[in-house]
Amino acid sequence: MAKAKLTPKQQKYQTKAKKAEPKPPYLRNAFSAFVSGGLVCLLGQALIDLYSQVLKVPPKEAANPATATMILLGALLTGFGVFDNLAKYAGAGLAVPVTGFANSVVSSALEFREEGLVYGVCAKMFTLAGAVITFGVMTAFVFGLIHALFH
Amino acid sequence: MSKKTGKQTYQFGNPPKIISTGTVAGPFEGLGPLHEDFDEVLTDPRNNEATFEKAERSMLTKACQLALDHASYSTSEVDLFLAGDLLNQIISANFTAITLGIPFLGLYGACSTAALSLGLGAMLLDGGFAGTVLAATVSHNSTAERQYRYPTEYGGQRRPYQQWTVTGAGAALLGYHGEGPKITAVTFGKVVDLGSKDPLNMGAAMAPAAVDTILQHFADTGWDPKTFDLIVTGDLGKVGFDLCRQELSENGLDLGANFHDCGLLIYDLNKQDVHAGGSGCAASALVVYGHLYKKFQRQEINRLLLVGTGALHSTTSFQQGENIPCIAHAVRIEA
Repeated sequence: MAKAKLTPKQQKYQTKAKKAEPKPPYLRNAFSAFVSGGLVCLLGQALIDLYSQVLKVPPKEAANPATATMILLGALLTGFGVFDNLAKYAGAGLAVPVTGFANSVVSSALEFREEGLVYGVCAKMFTLAGAVITFGVMTAFVFGLIHALFH
Repeated sequence: MSKKTGKQTYQFGNPPKIISTGTVAGPFEGLGPLHEDFDEVLTDPRNNEATFEKAERSMLTKACQLALDHASYSTSEVDLFLAGDLLNQIISANFTAITLGIPFLGLYGACSTAALSLGLGAMLLDGGFAGTVLAATVSHNSTAERQYRYPTEYGGQRRPYQQWTVTGAGAALLGYHGEGPKITAVTFGKVVDLGSKDPLNMGAAMAPAAVDTILQHFADTGWDPKTFDLIVTGDLGKVGFDLCRQELSENGLDLGANFHDCGLLIYDLNKQDVHAGGSGCAASALVVYGHLYKKFQRQEINRLLLVGTGALHSTTSFQQGENIPCIAHAVRIEA
């Protein structure tokens, strides 16, 4: 990213503009993210317990179907147009768990469906999530390497 | 005699009239305080079309037809169609021009398009190059959000200084046959860059452009701002409008209670969740061609200065770290 130097006039205005910028309600946002994120995790934990009982598998193995269910939920809520209204209040509480990932993929897929199945839905569904996947794979690789070398 | 006054202003010897207007507002705009002033309010943001892009151009076509109908004009009686929108390669205006079949000058002034097309149209008319001109613009929340920001169903929290792209279309028929307020002067603005980079804070980016053009307009004409019943900026929103007022005042121009912003007039900021207010081409088009045009007709205002503001960046330019270049054009409208 090019970082052009600001002239004194630009700097002066930017200082004023920064001051005029209203701040988001950090405390309220943090609180609602804490509560809603907690509720999402509670639901996830309930699913893990449920699957582990029903499928008679250890909780560690029940985590995968539970995650898949949460993704499905996030995707469905996005498709029904509910997710963005919930996220307005929940913020990071919905964005950080896997539900946020589902929302970013499905909302992109929905947005570009008129541009065709291949170039629209399939190509553009990862416009937002692509970076997350790339960093996820990279991080997994690096930590996998460290784990293999030192364990 | 030169029509140019001062550095950037043109005053018209034979000022053309806005003989009619047409406005189509989105459903959300129909819930706002100005809903009675729009010719049509959509019930469906897709307007029964397959895509939002098609809905956008259908609104523009409808607004143009309404303007023509109100003055009992047919498309063949109009010499030129001046229009623009926010979408890449101004597709809404281009496709509407096919339907209308009027010789077309496509304009890109981002959200300043209403003022830009009024000013240019008036110049063409005063210069004797056309007898009747149709000036129009459109914006749609769902198409603009997709192009500039995030998918509409993406669950992100909006910033308090973010603005809401107005869904709507407005058209104005300019000419000499008929009644209506006159366009008596226009000040074309310079592109101003005061270092803003945040595409979510358009108001702060555009405010300096509005300040520059307003100061230039009064310097060029020597008029007293108090002679205006109303001075409106296009779509600065709360943050940008406050900055604009503050900057003007620091430059020795104190605008009082007759100074407003279309982006703030179009929504009820307390009831409608639009954060800093409205933005987009339709903000000034709906307010001026709907609300204020009716005020002219009722003789509630006699002199208006519209300062259309536009941010001229693209998604490519800001992702490559460039500043947001901004512009403002001022149009003086008198009864």
